[in-house]
Order: sequence, then structure tokens, then C-alpha cells
Amino acid sequence: MNQTDDVEIVQFDNVGLRYGTGKEVLTDVSFTLYSGRFYFLTGASGAGKTSLLKLLYLSQRPSRGLIRMFGTDAITLPRERLPGFRRRLGVVFQDFRLVQHLSAFDNVALPLRVAGVPEREIIRPVTDMLDWVGLGDRSHARPATLSGGEQQRVAIARAVIGRPDMLVADEPTGNVDPDMAVKLLRLFEALNRLGTTVVVATHDIHLIQKMPESLIMRLDKGRLSDPTGALRYPPRRASAPPRPEVLGA
Amino acid sequence: MSVVPAIVGALRGDWRERNSAEARLLPQGKLSGPMPWVIAIMIGLTVVATASGLALRNTARVASADVSGGVTVQIVHGAPRERDRQAQAALAALRNAPGVVSARLVPQAELDALVEPWLGTTVGDDVNALPVPALLDIRLANGTDEVHLAPLRARLKVPAPAARIDAQASWLAPVFKAIGGLQWLAGGLIGLLAFATVATVLLASRNALGNHRVTIEIVHMLGGTDTQIARIFQRSMAVDAAAGGIGGLLLGVVAISLLGHQFASLGSGMMTSAGLGWTDWLFICCIPLGGVLLAVLTARLTVLGALRRML
Repeated sequence: MNQTDDVEIVQFDNVGLRYGTGKEVLTDVSFTLYSGRFYFLTGASGAGKTSLLKLLYLSQRPSRGLIRMFGTDAITLPRERLPGFRRRLGVVFQDFRLVQHLSAFDNVALPLRVAGVPEREIIRPVTDMLDWVGLGDRSHARPATLSGGEQQRVAIARAVIGRPDMLVADEPTGNVDPDMAVKLLRLFEALNRLGTTVVVATHDIHLIQKMPESLIMRLDKGRLSDPTGALRYPPRRASAPPRPEVLGA
Repeated sequence: MSVVPAIVGALRGDWRERNSAEARLLPQGKLSGPMPWVIAIMIGLTVVATASGLALRNTARVASADVSGGVTVQIVHGAPRERDRQAQAALAALRNAPGVVSARLVPQAELDALVEPWLGTTVGDDVNALPVPALLDIRLANGTDEVHLAPLRARLKVPAPAARIDAQASWLAPVFKAIGGLQWLAGGLIGLLAFATVATVLLASRNALGNHRVTIEIVHMLGGTDTQIARIFQRSMAVDAAAGGIGGLLLGVVAISLLGHQFASLGSGMMTSAGLGWTDWLFICCIPLGGVLLAVLTARLTVLGALRRML
């Protein structure tokens, strides 16, 4: 285990979230994520996975509790500092959220352009990334002309192109075939080996089983449980993939 | 290649690159929507209103300079010989009076020309048969209020009992008042047009924000700053406003030229003095620039205000 494993990059302390005046969709959620680890977030539909991810990628403020990210209180973070934090995150949205009037190339290049990377330094990595996700020949295609799986791969390429400190993915393999799902998982794994913390929300038990070193957080009706010791410190190193019944599948 | 041009070149290149990359973030509806046309109409009307205001100001200035210190002495007498005698006596009395800069008897030819449009006299007519008063045009050094006119009246009482003294400014006071009112009206119109331009740009910016909300949220999520997003809208608005501004300026200049031509053909002294100087034209040419700045500033503030409501 290298030294970066000990660095806390995300801390949730008794976090609760409700939309408007509705009931809480997340209740007393507390956990710590460590740099360089691979986490799966699982749970039934409606358990609050997407809401938890929204808090993680700073698209939502919690109704209560404390959140620290990269050593800073994320709740009282001034608005001007949010873009800097967001550039350290890679996000794969469940609905892809591709910009419809931009080509696949321009969608993948978007985080680099937003970060002000010179155009001459964009072409090569974006081309390589599109080749890697098998879309090298569709780089000029608009999202509307791509299949669901292709759009998902563009979304993943966009999330990882900037080598983020933390990658947050919401059902990233939901629309791709099993071979591509494994390939994308290997991409996440490679990114994780380079030091990126990866958080993947998924229902896919087979996907989780392919990553025996990963840690699992399970949400049940807005509350977090800890089938692999992911929430403990030091986290228990899983020696074997968790059994499906442990995950409640 | 020296260092400084290299740096400047690189900076220009980066700036162009950044602009081009940012411009691609949102679809740029350049010149395709109604905005350039709306701005062209606003700028055109502003140009006409401003030119009218400036022309009125110039008219008032010229007229004011003409009548400033001017006093007219009328010798109203039915007998031409006595009228002329009193006129000469009044001229002699006023030439040496304190405070009088100049005094002249308006020549008969000038008087004939003055009354010709109303009386229809032509060469050879006996104008003396009509009781037209003799006129003296006097210039005073220190204003034409009653304090300065009273000593002149006293001075003319004996040599020219038929003399009537009037300050020229008093005749034109209602005209100056009307011109002042029209200038205020022009100013008010310019203010209203500026307000309408701001309101139009505000609505257009809000509409564009609504149309591109999803893209903006994505750019935000990827770490885009409010300033970056606002810059895209500003650029789009600047292009529309510049195109509309140039069109509006041309429209306005054509309208002013036609109006100027019409007024010049009236042949009235006051109308022909209502021309525009080069500084006026320079000011008018700056109106589109002001329009662009106003539109860009409005778009920026609207977009930044709306973005602040997003997380």
C-alpha cells in the first residue's frame, strides 16, 4: 500500500439530504474515502445512490451534516472556488449529459478546453482516448447519431481525459455490452493505479466481482452499510470478491 | 525573431485559440436571430433623436449668439420724413451712449427685403407709402435687461419720442423655451431607447440562458467558471450588437441627411443654422459603440446573475 492510501480526500459526517420539503433521501451518511482506492456504491433503485453521487460531485448541497473534500469544507466553500474543485473530479452521469451540438471529439475535449489547455495539446490525448474507447472513427459524430453505448463511452472518455483526482461514475456500464463493460472497468482500474480515487455506482454484481480489491458501500433506503469494511479505517482489504448475498443482490 | 514580438504573438495566438474554443461551447446564433435587427432599429432611432437634439442645441446657440446684447429701436411714425429725422437723431444719440457697442440704421433695402414676403413689394413700389417703422440695430456690452434699457429710453425721449426699444432676446424667448423643451424630449427619447435596448438584451440573454441551460450545467459541472460562460454570451451579444449598431447608424445617417435636406430647402435662417459640426458627427458615430457596450454589459450582468443562482 503506498502513502497516498492514507490521504483522506472525502469525509461525510452525518450527512442528510432532502429535496424541498420532502422526506430525507439520505440519512446520517458518514464515511471517508481515501486517495487511490476503488469504491463501488451499490444499492437498490431509489436507495439514494445518485443523490449521494450528486453530493460527491458538488452538484447538490446537503440539508445537514458536514462534507470535507480535498481537505476543505465543501459546504461553506465559496462559489468562486467550486470550479477549481470540480476540475479535480471526473463525472460519468447516468444520462451521459453530452453536449448535443458538439462532436464526440469536442465533447471529450470539453474539460481540457474549460481548463484552458492550449488547443495544440488537446488533439493528441483526445484522439488517443477516443481510440481507446473504440470511437476513433466516430470522433466527428454528434451524440444524436451515436448509440446509447457509444454515448456512454464518450461520457466516460470525457470524465477521465483530465486525469481527475477522483472519478465518480453513475452506472457507467449500464448501456454497453459485457466485453465493453470489462474494457471500461479496466480503464477505470488503470486510472486508479495512477492514483485516481474511483467511485462507481452500479447494480452489476459481476462487475464488482471483477474488482476483488475494491471496497463496497451499500445504500439501503438512504442509509449506508459497510459490507466490505469500506467505511472503516484502515479499510479492510478484500481478498475475494464479496458474495452476492452480502451485497443484498 | 526578438523575444517581445514572440511573446505578443504567442499571447495573441493563445487568446484567439481560447476564444475559438470557448465560442464552440455554445451554438453561436450569429446574425440569424431578430436581435441585430432590433438593435439596428434602436440605434437608428437613437441616432435620429441625438442628431435632432444636437441640431436644436446648435440652433439655439447660433440664435442666442445673434440676439445676445441685441436691441431693436423702432421709430414708429406715420410721416416718413419725420420718421427718418427721428431715426437719424436716435442714431446720433445712441452712438455715444455708455454701454452701446455699435448702432446702425437698418438700410431701406434690408427693410424692403424683410417686409417683402408679407407685403409683396417689388422693385419700383413705393414702400414709403406704407407706415413701415425705421429700425435701428443696437449692440449693448452688458446685457439687455430693463436696467440697461431704461437709460436708453430716457436718452431718446427728447430727440426721438416715437422710438420703441425692445431687447431682441425677449422676442425669441418662447422659441428658446420650445427648443429647450424639444432638447429635453430628445434626451428623454434617448433614455427610453437605451432602456428598451437593455430590456431587449435582458430578455434575449434570459431566453438564451434557458435554451442552453443543459449545456451550461454541463460546463459548470466540468469546472467552467461563471466568467467563462458569461464571456460566451457577451461575445455573441457583441457580434449581434455591432452588426445592428452599424446598420442602425447607416439607417440614422440616411434619415438625418434626408431631414437636413428638407429643412435646408425651407431657406429659413434658423433652420439653415441647425447643421451638425464634426464633433457632433463624431458623437453620433460613437452611438453604436455605446450600444455595443450597453448590450455586452447587460448580457454579462444578466448571465452572471442567473449563474449565481446555480450551484
